[in-house]
Amino acid sequence: MIDGTVLFFLISILVLAAFVGFEVISKVPTMLHTPLMSATNAIHGVIIAGAIIVTAMVFSNGTPSWWLQTLAVVGVALGAINVVGGFAVTERMLQMFKKKSGPTK
Amino acid sequence: MTELPIWFDIAQIVAIALFILGLRYLSSPATARFGNRLAMVGMGVALIAFIAETHGIGWWAIALGAIIGSAIGLVFALRVKMTAMPQMVALFNGAGGAAALCISVIEIGAGQPPIPWLIIVSLVLSAIIGALSASGSIIAFLKLQEVMTGRPITYPGQQIVNALVLLCIVGLGGWMIAMQGDVPIGAVIGLFAAALALGVLFVLPIGGADMPVVISLLNSFTGVAVAIAGFELSHEILIVAGTIVGASGTLLTIMMGKAMNRPLSNVLFGAFGSGGGGEAAAASGGPQNVRSASADDVATMLAFASKVMIVPGYGMAVAQAQHSVKALADQLEARGVEVKYAIHPVAGRMPGHMNVLLAEANVPYPSLLDMDDANPEFPTTDVALIIGANDVTNPAARNVTSSPIYGMPILDVDKAHNVIVLKRSMRSGFAGIDNPLYELPNTAMLFGDAKASVDGLVSAVKGL
Repeated sequence: MIDGTVLFFLISILVLAAFVGFEVISKVPTMLHTPLMSATNAIHGVIIAGAIIVTAMVFSNGTPSWWLQTLAVVGVALGAINVVGGFAVTERMLQMFKKKSGPTK
Repeated sequence: MTELPIWFDIAQIVAIALFILGLRYLSSPATARFGNRLAMVGMGVALIAFIAETHGIGWWAIALGAIIGSAIGLVFALRVKMTAMPQMVALFNGAGGAAALCISVIEIGAGQPPIPWLIIVSLVLSAIIGALSASGSIIAFLKLQEVMTGRPITYPGQQIVNALVLLCIVGLGGWMIAMQGDVPIGAVIGLFAAALALGVLFVLPIGGADMPVVISLLNSFTGVAVAIAGFELSHEILIVAGTIVGASGTLLTIMMGKAMNRPLSNVLFGAFGSGGGGEAAAASGGPQNVRSASADDVATMLAFASKVMIVPGYGMAVAQAQHSVKALADQLEARGVEVKYAIHPVAGRMPGHMNVLLAEANVPYPSLLDMDDANPEFPTTDVALIIGANDVTNPAARNVTSSPIYGMPILDVDKAHNVIVLKRSMRSGFAGIDNPLYELPNTAMLFGDAKASVDGLVSAVKGL
């Protein structure tokens, strides 16, 4: 299944992604920290993909027990809350940063 | 595990690129919305590929969960008041952590021992971190929502209890890994219950003022849980997205801590060391010699100033005074007064909290100044109008070495010619300490609810 080479490959990805994470955020001004936190929060909602895979997995050998079915639905729902809520809240915050040509000075 | 088609891999790469670009664009106010949209598209691309890859197996469970979850997420996100945003982020973050926990539980429930090493290790770790993040986020939510007290909650023997719970997690987790998942169901439940309990115990002793740091930390925890789940399920996109969030969340947490001059260890364990020192200090707030002013005095002072710096704080958020503040600024600007806003990085309950609120009231963002840009302007400012901010303006941070906030970068409001402080009462701020600013000769206090006070100022300025 997963041999040492694949594991090494996955760990390399992890290390590189960590650097990208540090680089990307180090340039964000303070005023955008809350929207940024909210956006990263939405991005880790990609966990819903994991919930989708395991749901398909438990259903692949016929109908699973009721509690596995329940957990599968709950897992997908929680992931969806994270993704949809996260992006929607971020969008709402950012809507307020629209540049206004107000009477400045 | 079956071979995945090439289009699936391409979709994942596109999604990852969009996530990274999206975060990149989020670093400027002008392109931030575009950035968020890019990330959304990336998520869409990734999820369509994943759903297609299921070949319709278990479709109704996926559809049902997606519909329920999306509805809940959307309703909460669109209904919540802007002041409650930090709590919302905490709650959504908790949902992500709980999802990671669910995935691990399903894998254990459906898997046949012995579960392969890589999978059992990542499964256990992802579940523990996910559970901790989920329950911790809920406590953070309850504290910010003021359902429970924002004060640090401490009790005797707290550290011993925490240590025992941690020991329980390490023991049960280690056992589960060693047996490759071949353990009684009670051990599995015990492990996850202990992880959930640790999340609660971890956040309970942290005060409301430090919640942004905690939410940011929990956000990065969830990222790490997602990354580890990526090893468990052998999907790169989870590893990459989770790790990026984990790394950026950690950095954001450190940056917030720095702005408050509170090392992370202090935020997380401060309540233990001082034995509830926060409360003791709060009680010591002695009487202060302050000058209070009427709305008319203040209005005159503002209207005839040439430069006014507004310093908003949590009090403005609580009173929902941002629209009134904007109305006041409009009045003053109509009279030719230059109005700017000085935003301390930790004003409010999250970095950027004030910016979001003021933006809601249509304050143009170029007039919002960061601390570094605002401080050089105070010596030429006629009036610094402090609306519900306290600790971030406390000059004690500069020179009183014994002060708990000594060394914290503050807004130099005391350098302005006049300082007006809008405040509900003489109660001390989150840090629970006196603010010598209030006793300075050029400081005047205007007591009352921030919104009522600002509304009063608006009509007073109009009447001049």
